[in-house]
Amino acid sequence: MPTALNEQALARYRNDFLREVEERVDEGGWVKMCMQCGVCAGSCPFGPHWEHSPQKIFMMIRAGKREEVLASDSMWMCTSCYNCVVRCPRKLPITTIMHGLATYAHRLGLAPKRQPTRDFSVIFWENFTRNGRANEIRLMLRLWFRDGFGAGIRKALAMKEVGLGMLRAKRMSPFEIFGGHGVKDVKGFQAMIRKAQEIEDRKRGFSK
Amino acid sequence: MATAVATNQTILVVGGGVSGMTAALEAAECGKEVVLVESSATLGGRTASLYRYFPKLCHPVCGLEINLRRLRGNRSVRVLTLAEVTAVSGTRGDFTVTVKRSPRYVNRNCTACGACAQAVSAEIPNPWNYGLDRLKAAYLPHAMAYPQRYVLDPSIIGTPDAEKARAACKYDAIDLGMQAETLELKVGAIVWATGWRPYDAAKIQPYGYGRFPNVITSVEFERLADPHGPSGGKILRPSDGKLAKNVAFVQCAGSRDENHLRHCSRICCMASLKQTQYVREAFGEGAQSTVYYIDIRAIDRFEDFYARVQRDPTVKFVKSKVARIAEDQATRDPILHGVDTEGYRRYASRHDLVVLAIGMEPSVRGADIPAEVVADSSGFIDAAADGAAVFGAGCATNALDVNRSVQNATAAALRAIQVVNRAARAES
Repeated sequence: MPTALNEQALARYRNDFLREVEERVDEGGWVKMCMQCGVCAGSCPFGPHWEHSPQKIFMMIRAGKREEVLASDSMWMCTSCYNCVVRCPRKLPITTIMHGLATYAHRLGLAPKRQPTRDFSVIFWENFTRNGRANEIRLMLRLWFRDGFGAGIRKALAMKEVGLGMLRAKRMSPFEIFGGHGVKDVKGFQAMIRKAQEIEDRKRGFSK
Repeated sequence: MATAVATNQTILVVGGGVSGMTAALEAAECGKEVVLVESSATLGGRTASLYRYFPKLCHPVCGLEINLRRLRGNRSVRVLTLAEVTAVSGTRGDFTVTVKRSPRYVNRNCTACGACAQAVSAEIPNPWNYGLDRLKAAYLPHAMAYPQRYVLDPSIIGTPDAEKARAACKYDAIDLGMQAETLELKVGAIVWATGWRPYDAAKIQPYGYGRFPNVITSVEFERLADPHGPSGGKILRPSDGKLAKNVAFVQCAGSRDENHLRHCSRICCMASLKQTQYVREAFGEGAQSTVYYIDIRAIDRFEDFYARVQRDPTVKFVKSKVARIAEDQATRDPILHGVDTEGYRRYASRHDLVVLAIGMEPSVRGADIPAEVVADSSGFIDAAADGAAVFGAGCATNALDVNRSVQNATAAALRAIQVVNRAARAES
């Protein structure tokens, strides 16, 4: 399914990646305002660990490097510290654009496989949309055991103290493993999420 | 001396920098009566505090000298220093202007002998050198000051220092009884030339100005390089007085930034290119200047100067707006952090001294001008509408270099002349 969306996007925008970003990525219309000063790249606490800095990503978008941008793991590295946003001399909402690009790449199925932030986001989304509340214990178990059984056990042991602390403070219940609590009107909540997704899809041109 | 004779055919020029002096002189040399009001104790403004001009690297004192000579030779300009316009009423061809004059405590007998400065012990930060050094509270603003007359700082009035200064004066020039006074002038047209001031660099938090002693502004660097400046023209860094041979110039410090000044201040690129040549002049091949920039705006004929500086092996260019400045606590060397746009390389570069090419803002913002003017979002005066008679000139209207300020001031003088000519015809 994701590749079909990708084919559709390619057919629709051909080589105009900037226009694609402007229309389909949250706050993408700001990309063309970047003047390539580099303050965002220099202000990012994760700077040295990214393959492409925001400044470079904006230039790559303008240069039509669609595959490189959408398949890169750079925008998944954003920790939402907002350093770049407060310093940007053109006031670009860089953090929002980074998350927008990540979401879009995920949607098209182009985001890097096994990228930890992406995996966590998917697990979290599935976890809390089930009944409207985050289920701590299921979330942790799925996250830790995503790298296999042995890795999961090791991770669980390493985090033992934190887990016990949460139990003692009643921040987490082991019984949540059987389904757990939810919002009063789970059906209504899910209908709301579906509606929001429908509106978003229409706005971004995924449906008519 | 307090009574300046003025009529509705007089032109009032507010601000005695290079723009105000130009507007006043051009109008006066056309036979008009002019009152020139200056808020500080001397004419010359920011131009007089520059070491050299770009692009010819000649000294501003030269141009200032010519203007002062024109002024001395012209009986139609009345100069009021330490004076500020507080209110303007009336309309085109018939304004009443209120001017508040602060006391100088020194009268016309002053010969600038300097005996009062020797007698006084109190010191104040030297405004001429942006507070980089201190001077006696009885002082001549600078060597080229006009009028060539000392000033007593108001802080010593009523202290024994003031008495000492009065006693030391052989010419009976010190008058401690001088009071602030308010004048009312009738004028026909107004040229508003209150110029610019450097943007407050401390507001650019990541650059550490005010926290790191070796981060200074371009206007301060101008004073450091000047033989009349605080270090006698030696480029010494403030933390330890060592020679600063490795200097970084950080462009767009405040300018072109939605968080600070929205506009491009226009002069800073050329000013930094010029200042790289001060470093070279001081240290020869041992100099090392690095210019960090977004893009160099050396317009029209200045391109030649830019090309010349690019050929200079002591000057390096890094295409990057510096993200933040840190300090090595042991040496107090500033360290610049950022990513360059040509290759996206991350750098952490150490320099002896950092010069922030500080942005320009109007020293009186449009909304604070007591006369009726239209200003843009940066506070610069817009072009006057038809029927107006308050004309902006020089840096009160836009971020301009000296050359363009003078052109702009001449144009403003011409507009003012048209207004008073019409007023004269209506009366005859």
